[in-house]
Amino acid sequence: MNKYVTVQITQKGAVPSEPAAQGKHCPACGIPLTQEVLEESLFVCPGCEHHLPLDAPGRIHALADAGSWLEVAGEVRPSDPLAFEDVRLYSERLDDAQAETGLSEAFLTGTCRINGVPAALGVMDFRFLGGSMGSVVGERFHQLVLAAIDEHRPLVVVTSSGGARMQEGILSLMQMPKTVVALDLLAEAGLPFVSVLAHPTTGGVLASFATLADVIMAEPGALLCFAGPRVIEQTTREKLPEGFGRSEANLQHGQIDMVVHRRDIKERVVEILRLLEGGVICRLEEPVREDEEVLPWGSSPFAQAFARAKELAVASRGWLLGRDT
Amino acid sequence: MPSLPGVGYSEEIRSLEERLEELRERQPSTAVWKVVERARNPHRPQTLDYVEHIFSDFQELRGDRVSADDPAIIGGMGTLAGRSVMLIGQQKGHDLKERQRHNFGMARPEGYRKAQRLARLAEKFHMPVISFVDTPGAFPGADAEEGGQAGTIARTLQVFSGLTVPTLSVILGEGGSGGAVALALTDRVYMLENSIYSVITPEGCAAILWRDASEAGSAADALRITAQDLLELGVIDEIIPEPRKGAHKAHRATAKKLARALEAGLSELEELSPSERRRLRREKYLQMGQVAS
Repeated sequence: MNKYVTVQITQKGAVPSEPAAQGKHCPACGIPLTQEVLEESLFVCPGCEHHLPLDAPGRIHALADAGSWLEVAGEVRPSDPLAFEDVRLYSERLDDAQAETGLSEAFLTGTCRINGVPAALGVMDFRFLGGSMGSVVGERFHQLVLAAIDEHRPLVVVTSSGGARMQEGILSLMQMPKTVVALDLLAEAGLPFVSVLAHPTTGGVLASFATLADVIMAEPGALLCFAGPRVIEQTTREKLPEGFGRSEANLQHGQIDMVVHRRDIKERVVEILRLLEGGVICRLEEPVREDEEVLPWGSSPFAQAFARAKELAVASRGWLLGRDT
Repeated sequence: MPSLPGVGYSEEIRSLEERLEELRERQPSTAVWKVVERARNPHRPQTLDYVEHIFSDFQELRGDRVSADDPAIIGGMGTLAGRSVMLIGQQKGHDLKERQRHNFGMARPEGYRKAQRLARLAEKFHMPVISFVDTPGAFPGADAEEGGQAGTIARTLQVFSGLTVPTLSVILGEGGSGGAVALALTDRVYMLENSIYSVITPEGCAAILWRDASEAGSAADALRITAQDLLELGVIDEIIPEPRKGAHKAHRATAKKLARALEAGLSELEELSPSERRRLRREKYLQMGQVAS
């Protein structure tokens, strides 16, 4: 299976990069924090429960069962399609982001087990150019969806992003429709998508795949906003209330399903996937009619993935049962 | 003392005029910026002008069936070359009063919900969907955010991805980011010669990357936002030429060219089966982007 690159996440020291120390004090309550305490608490302040940023390797460590992570689409790397230059070259910004994070892009994608449940998992890293979505984030998302369909796994994505990657111009905007279309393939394969919105998730990521999940959860206090409070205040000269656009406000306005403490996310994701699976088994009792257009994708690679998903689903009577990878 | 109606209004007008003056003064003067100016020219034909010139029997349909009708997005049915089509188009307004009424073409969630509703209606009755894009962006206001601006844009894209009827979009003037692409996940995407389509306004990009809004001209160059750029980048299918003086000076002639392009596109798309149209549309968007491997 040479389409995968193995990244060992069996112990803290072996992740691609050590989660960086977030300073010595909690930015919310000011109590002193050591690296040890932070790692133990998944970067949540033990004093006030403020959720500090968690980078992508740390996120995988927190969600994937030890030793189960297999990277998908890691070979998809950024290019500089516009030869973009502002006060600096985009290619230089990319080099720096790669050197600083030890990552090749802002989105890590792979397959893993989450408390034993096979899943396709994607995690964004805000340190990498603000977690911005360019061509690589979109293509890795696409390939992650194809892997989910191919291996009949539910999709779980943790987002943290400032929005589209300006340096890729219109091509970054096109990742919005691209990821939305990819999710149509997932939905047609009958597979669920759970998104976990972490601070901050804004702009083009929030306005595309992140809000199209079947179940949306958010970490406490995360800013989840399309335009961002500064732009809103500048444009409308409105004074925004405390907590505007945060997870709790989004819950109140009906935009997300639940706010979940970081330490409980793994458990909650698995519970939701188990509940959703019950319905899938029921659906598959229906016989497939021969005259129905069951392969809407003709002879394209998508059609093959779709057909394979259907076979696996029928064979295993559900996407969680009987799969051993 | 309660303020009198109209008093706050003229204050608003004055401050907008001041801001316009401010922006005029620091305009850069590159070739690309000339296109930006034309794309934003308030005399440029807008959705309602094309309605008048192209659709003789237009019936406007209003409301999102949830909470409101958004005047930033006009919707309705009309006849184009013998068949009924559904039109969904952003409207900025020409003069200040109109622009305020249409919220400068900046739609709220109710506008995108109206678009979704009309797209589904078109699908139900096998009518092609034509969308006209002309917006600085989706409205960045507290009410819009609380009403789920981001999720509503995402679901609009999802509705367009699922359609099997022919879909065509035209960037009329300004194609501003997520608020624009929300109506432009279509089989064919056209741009008028002097329109722009961008992930962020040149001003916004300059403020973030150059930390200097007066670098908007440099940002406009770097972002590659002209119709020619987008054609080269494989994002759009065709450029609709404008009369030499520009669309703002020739509404009727521009409308004629636009109608011709739409009719040709429709004829091509009608050759395909419904499932084929959707398959090709999805494959097109799955290939968007450029990566190194």
